[in-house]
Amino acid sequence: MDFELMINSLPKLLSATLVTLKLLSASLFFGLFIGLLFALLRVSKNKFFNGFSYGFSYIFRGTPLLVQIFIIYFGLGQIEYLRTTILWTILKEPYWCAIIAFSLNTGAYTSEILRSAFQTIKKGYTEAGKSLGLKYSTIFYKIQIPIAIKQSLPAYGNEIILMLKGTSLASTVTLLDLTGVAKYIISTTFKPIEVFIVAGSIYLFITFVVHNLIKYLEKKFSYQ
Amino acid sequence: MELLYFGDTGWGDELFIATLMTIAVSLTAMVIGFFFSLIFTPLKLSKYKFFNLIGNFYTTVIRGVPELLVIYLFFFGGSGAIMYVAQIFGYFEYIEINAFITGSFAIGVISGAYSTEVFRGAILSIDKGQFEASKVLGLNKYIYFFKVIMPQMLRLALPNLSNVWQITLKDTSLISVTGLVEIMRQSYIAAGSTRDPLFFYSFAAVLYLLLTFVSMKFLNKLEKKYSRGY
Repeated sequence: MDFELMINSLPKLLSATLVTLKLLSASLFFGLFIGLLFALLRVSKNKFFNGFSYGFSYIFRGTPLLVQIFIIYFGLGQIEYLRTTILWTILKEPYWCAIIAFSLNTGAYTSEILRSAFQTIKKGYTEAGKSLGLKYSTIFYKIQIPIAIKQSLPAYGNEIILMLKGTSLASTVTLLDLTGVAKYIISTTFKPIEVFIVAGSIYLFITFVVHNLIKYLEKKFSYQ
Repeated sequence: MELLYFGDTGWGDELFIATLMTIAVSLTAMVIGFFFSLIFTPLKLSKYKFFNLIGNFYTTVIRGVPELLVIYLFFFGGSGAIMYVAQIFGYFEYIEINAFITGSFAIGVISGAYSTEVFRGAILSIDKGQFEASKVLGLNKYIYFFKVIMPQMLRLALPNLSNVWQITLKDTSLISVTGLVEIMRQSYIAAGSTRDPLFFYSFAAVLYLLLTFVSMKFLNKLEKKYSRGY
């Protein structure tokens, strides 16, 4: 055990953790909106929207995240037309490509979580709202959303942890996130175990925090 | 489409072999994972706190740390660890482990953590009366485990095991970083030499979708078979 290396690599790994956390929070933020949009499309009665949303989540859940990142980072640059549009300022940055891929991926999983949450809301609740003469928007924001949040919290907590692990793939498109820096240190010092312990502990610490945060929120939302 | 021709002009045959490689790695990893869960499920269910601790340590660490980091650990640390053991037995030559073995072992350790959780959950949800009844009937340990507990556990575990299979199949794409030529690595090579990454990575996505689709169909049939009578 090379404790000196473990201590010396800690500052570098911690500053790389910031990149990981930035990637994670940005993709969860966008992913939540994408997930909500596709969940709503999925529960809609329109066959086309329904099928489109199903196809989206099937493709993103059925292929590895690595393929998705590579298609967006290496693949989209090949389309000449895209290079002339304003989108190119975003797509040429590996950082944004990673965030786009992560957001779409977590969006697909989130849409499934929210869909099942929406579908388990008892009809009686919305009917009660309707018979009280509430507006549709009130029923949606004040009845359906709070129940859906409560229903989907445990599954969404898992999704956050999966996404945290997913951000490690950013290192494959030249970003120096926690895994990227860990790999760099490993390949220069050839001390894989020591670096793994430090980097792994940081990941486990984040997982631990997320886990407890979700537990706390679950308690807060359980009004029964 | 010419890019997919079999033979020297296209990448069809290479990608076909790469797909077989992905399937081979996934299956090997799944089997290695079963061995790991065979060790760690009893530890997690044991009466003794110390054994629980070991079991929990394994599943928590592996499920909380990115797959890529685990793969790097095995890729960079694998041959070092083997050489260290070999040196104890007096063998001092350089040992290089094959990428297939390192890769499927790394993915196997990961998939083992997931299947351990699945088996633990399945055993816990078997009715207690089943355990007691087989004790009362005086069944010997072999019949008790293989004829009473195992069939019920498999029925409960199968739906979640097919999720583990999906995860494992997708995780194999990460071994491409070690240079093992599976779908992802082959697409990377093809994309590099033809300068057509969009086509080859999209085709890789289609191959993965095909694999998950076919295996889901098969596993659903298996699930039906095991839940006869329910």
